[in-house]
Amino acid sequence: MKPPLDVVELARRVEAAEPAAVARAISLVEDRRPSAEAQSVELLRELRHVGQAARGERVGITGPPGAGKSSLLSALSRVAREQGRTVGVLAVDPSSPRSGGALLGDRARIAIDADDTGLFVRSMASGGDLGGLSRAAGAAVEVLAAAYELVVVETTGVGQSETDVEHVADTVVLVIQPASGDVLQFLKAGILEIPDVLVVNKSDLGAVAERARSELVSALDAIYAGGAPDWRPPVVSTSAPTAAGIEELIEVIDNHRAHLDAEHALAARRTRSAAAWALRLFTQRYGDVGVDVAGGRDALLARFTKAVEGGATAVEAVAAERPAYASR
Amino acid sequence: MTEKDRPWIMRTYSGHSTPKASNELYRQNLAKGQTGLSIAFDLPTQTGYDSDSPMARGEVGRTGVPICHLGDMRALFEGIELERMNTSMTINATAAWLLALYIAAAEEQGADVKKLRGTTQNDIIKEYLSRGTYVFPPGPSLRLIADTIQYTVEHVPDWNPTNICSYHLQEAGATPEQEVAYALCTAIAVLDTVKERGIAQADLDRVFGRLSFFINSSIRFVDEVCKQRAFVELWDRLGLERYSVREAKLRRFRYGVQVNSLGLTEQQPENNILRIVLEMLGVTLSKKARARALQLPAWNEALGLPRPWDQQLSLRAQQILAFETDLLEHGDLFDGSPVVEQRTSEIRDAAWAEVQAVLERGGTVPAVESGYIKERLVASNAARIAAIEAGEQIVVGVNKYVEAAESPLTSREGIDTILRIDPSVEKEQIARLEAWRNQRDAGAVKQTLDALRAAAKSGDNIMPASIAAAKAGVTTGEWGTLLREMFGEYRAPTGVAGARTPASGHDKLEKLRKEVEALARELGRRPKLLVGKPGLDGHSNGAEQIALRARDAGFEVVYEGIRVTPRELARAAADEGVHLVGLSILSGAHMDLVREVIKEMKEQGAGDVPVVAGGIIPDSDAAALEKDGVAAVYTPKDYDISRILEELVGLVKRAHA
Repeated sequence: MKPPLDVVELARRVEAAEPAAVARAISLVEDRRPSAEAQSVELLRELRHVGQAARGERVGITGPPGAGKSSLLSALSRVAREQGRTVGVLAVDPSSPRSGGALLGDRARIAIDADDTGLFVRSMASGGDLGGLSRAAGAAVEVLAAAYELVVVETTGVGQSETDVEHVADTVVLVIQPASGDVLQFLKAGILEIPDVLVVNKSDLGAVAERARSELVSALDAIYAGGAPDWRPPVVSTSAPTAAGIEELIEVIDNHRAHLDAEHALAARRTRSAAAWALRLFTQRYGDVGVDVAGGRDALLARFTKAVEGGATAVEAVAAERPAYASR
Repeated sequence: MTEKDRPWIMRTYSGHSTPKASNELYRQNLAKGQTGLSIAFDLPTQTGYDSDSPMARGEVGRTGVPICHLGDMRALFEGIELERMNTSMTINATAAWLLALYIAAAEEQGADVKKLRGTTQNDIIKEYLSRGTYVFPPGPSLRLIADTIQYTVEHVPDWNPTNICSYHLQEAGATPEQEVAYALCTAIAVLDTVKERGIAQADLDRVFGRLSFFINSSIRFVDEVCKQRAFVELWDRLGLERYSVREAKLRRFRYGVQVNSLGLTEQQPENNILRIVLEMLGVTLSKKARARALQLPAWNEALGLPRPWDQQLSLRAQQILAFETDLLEHGDLFDGSPVVEQRTSEIRDAAWAEVQAVLERGGTVPAVESGYIKERLVASNAARIAAIEAGEQIVVGVNKYVEAAESPLTSREGIDTILRIDPSVEKEQIARLEAWRNQRDAGAVKQTLDALRAAAKSGDNIMPASIAAAKAGVTTGEWGTLLREMFGEYRAPTGVAGARTPASGHDKLEKLRKEVEALARELGRRPKLLVGKPGLDGHSNGAEQIALRARDAGFEVVYEGIRVTPRELARAAADEGVHLVGLSILSGAHMDLVREVIKEMKEQGAGDVPVVAGGIIPDSDAAALEKDGVAAVYTPKDYDISRILEELVGLVKRAHA
């Protein structure tokens, strides 16, 4: 038998970025058994002591299938490592709705040096729950952010899953493949939330990629015709095989983070994200009826926001809102 | 009576341990009446590594002969007159290099290079889809193929520069229609590459005429007769319509065959002798579509490497068919047969439609890169396996008529019924390699490598620079490393994501899903399985089928594809928090590789995760591995994947719940 888990010790080892501890911690936050959930809440609380400012930059990468997200992620983590930053990756693949199983294949496309403890890659199934991220993704990001300077969450999809990634990331990067018009249409129509950064991948395709880029820029011009926001999403062209544009992408991500810092917006954004994530977890567990019983969406969100402002994690906030009928 | 047909070229796919040991084997085989040679190279040679590369560990001399430099090639053919030999080389990513060494060795013998006859397999598409010894991305790979074609058409005119393979597609589960379709797609990719170079029509005609095929033949020999005839018709049509080849002779479908290994069984292995003979009929009976060259596997391939006696038995089967029977005395046996005509047209039309489907997807390379073709093959193989599991497809001795008397061929105590590679082979080969490096002219090596780099960069034909490098003493690893730097390395899609378990045998899958659900509740999360292929072996069919079924049973499956190092696998097992690791190794290097993975897993804190291994693993090796801590060993006789998964569920339960 394994010895009982010392959560405080585990948190300390996570902060020291020991790969085995990070792996164990993520397995713990994935574990749905009641005993594990209690430990998971305790672990996340311990990790909070690291403090907001010292925590890793959280980037969400999303986009349609075939846009080359995994290869981009591979190039991004390589360049970030070369710049001396430690990198934690959470690669999310869809679960099969029939069997609940999943093929986690992204790892294959990320170049991982087995001896480099400054790069950690974890694959996770979407769990087939609501959107593109599983229940445990938010907590897994918390774990990674306590251990690594740059945390990247990769998930497939255009539509619902973007809102998911937004819940766990400070900066959302949407990756677009040249000559695929859907994304552009979604953006123009306002169906798609505007991300923080737009990437036109596969710039090695030449003219097609250049055209995609200029189309995006003019779409943004049209969207912002009424007035410029304080952050207008930059458009970056990248190519994973040649690593072209990757340094620029990192710079833009950093700029976005600096922008949030300058506006003192980071804490507010994280609070908003954590509260929204808590609502998502709550709804997933107790359903719409549970939300109604708890006083409705807005009331719940307000309480979650308050709990998060008081230092609770999303998981904790949900645990505190256990409806009476659910304890039977 | 028609004039007696000439017999096909008779070969045996062979080579092992060292160039010297293989040379002795070749000379014995030729003395027994073999009329050509078929060289098996070891995996480091096939993937461009020297024998002393860390990547080569455990693999040197195992699946074939190691050839690191001209000295090795010289030793391989000592006493064999290359000008008069017909040599087939199963070599792909490094085909241009091995051909360069062959030409250099032949020149040393004083041969007239123009008279050299033989074949370089040189088909990279099927490596992406099935066999797994690719190195470079599709673009540079096709360029290397086109270079060898253009070079040989001009300088070695009787050489078959590329042997388009449908063989490995069938091994990966292809139906006859898919086999024909995707082989033709590969030919189109190659021919289009050559054509785009802007060569004259007369040269394109000659190139078309030099393309040959390497075909599989299964136990369903009526299908096989018709498949070959469909090939003949479609190749003619393709030549005429797409490439405007006017001369009918140049549109003749020329092919060699290795009959099916997929259907050979570990259970009652002597039955395989009969299967091999029946499979041979499918490619010899029809005069109109008869193989030009034939090689037969040995009856005990599912057990391990065959011995010379086992290979001799297969050669005798060919000789008896060609020289004792009256087959070659007659014209085509099937002309006018409505059955054969009907089945031929079915295969022909379905295959042609699939060729068009691939072309509509932008062509062969995009259909490979997107995983389209691979997914269809994985799905076909899943259907085949499910039919065997369900008893719908009968395999004698496996899922029917399993009662058998003890076999005197395999049951003798203490006597190996397979060939064992002496572990000292690797050390000897490395010592010879070091001596070779020390005695060569370093200046000439550098100069020819620079010229090779320049040719790779400029797009000049790679062959002249490679031949010069071969003569200067450059090694296989140096050639491979330089081109890796220039072209980059490639990872092909695994095809598992888009395939699914067929409906056949669905009850078992439903039952399994319930067990996995129950296990997930006990574990607190879904059971997570890492499927790994350590080492250089690229035969991924088994790993793919396990990954596919495990996913469809509700596992979360991490599968990174082929050629992952033990250290990388251990890191993946640790970081991913998996409950179980399954390793698949078919090259015979299982002892070294499995132990290495377990050792690395202990170092990286995943020592408590159970490991199972699958492959062509003899009983004695399996026992040794189990002693080393491997939880279970699976071999080709374990055809029932549902049962394997049930055992894995139990294993995870015992280890973690």
